[in-house]
Amino acid sequence: MLGSELVGKEYEPFTFEVEKGRIRMFAHAIGETNPIYYDEAAARDAGYRSLPAPPTFPFTITMESRQPFLPIEELGVDITRSMHGEQSFTYHSDICAGDVITGRQKIVDIFEKKGGALLFIIVDTRLDNQDGRHVADLRMSIVVRNG
Amino acid sequence: MSGSVRFSGVQVGDSIPELVLPPIERLQLALFAGASGDHNPIHVDEDKARGGGLPGVIAHGMLNMAVLGRLLTNWVPQRALRGFGARFSAMAFPGDVVTCRGQITNKTEAAGEKLVELALTAENQKGDKLLVGTATVALPE
Repeated sequence: MLGSELVGKEYEPFTFEVEKGRIRMFAHAIGETNPIYYDEAAARDAGYRSLPAPPTFPFTITMESRQPFLPIEELGVDITRSMHGEQSFTYHSDICAGDVITGRQKIVDIFEKKGGALLFIIVDTRLDNQDGRHVADLRMSIVVRNG
Repeated sequence: MSGSVRFSGVQVGDSIPELVLPPIERLQLALFAGASGDHNPIHVDEDKARGGGLPGVIAHGMLNMAVLGRLLTNWVPQRALRGFGARFSAMAFPGDVVTCRGQITNKTEAAGEKLVELALTAENQKGDKLLVGTATVALPE
């Protein structure tokens, strides 16, 4: 099966600096109005070091380093035949503006469904902050239409 | 945002306050492309979207999921979130009105925390499910 040799593959670590402006842009784009995502004083009053990254922002951390594309490119799959099937997050600690996040992406499974018509690529990414604290885990499922 | 939701005050089967979004605008898709780092042209370029066989630009799946996340952070402080996942089951288009809903499916305890599990949906105005998801939230007793 295409790609089975890639199961278990770990990619080079990547880093992402969480900027205040980026969190504000992201919050604005998703229609968020809570001041903790815009105003440092409001964030501190709520107990955060600085503006917190919204719940799905960790995916953007992986996207900025093009991580989701790496397995697709490596398999030689046409990007237009691939879809983001599922996404999940597990949260361990806050991600805030000013953090420098290190990510480590790994292919954990590749399998077929529907008699090979669909190929699923399951990718996990662990995020740690500049203090070595494990902040979040992501799991992404990419679905590729074969044939 | 409410910081007052308590474990003892919620029951399996309870719905959390729903979130009805304004109609999706192309401007929002452009803003999210820049903010999220997802520059796939099918979200902002009508010609390329049609060239790829779509009826027009579509919303980013991760924009829909981000909005579903707001359902949760409107209900409890973000710091209460332990897990959040979703399956992308349909596309959303400009003009669509998305409604996010959540219902408590389980109450449990792990690692000394009181946890509630939720089933989540984001639907368009026709009732098509764009996202089907789950979340786990830690609540004070």
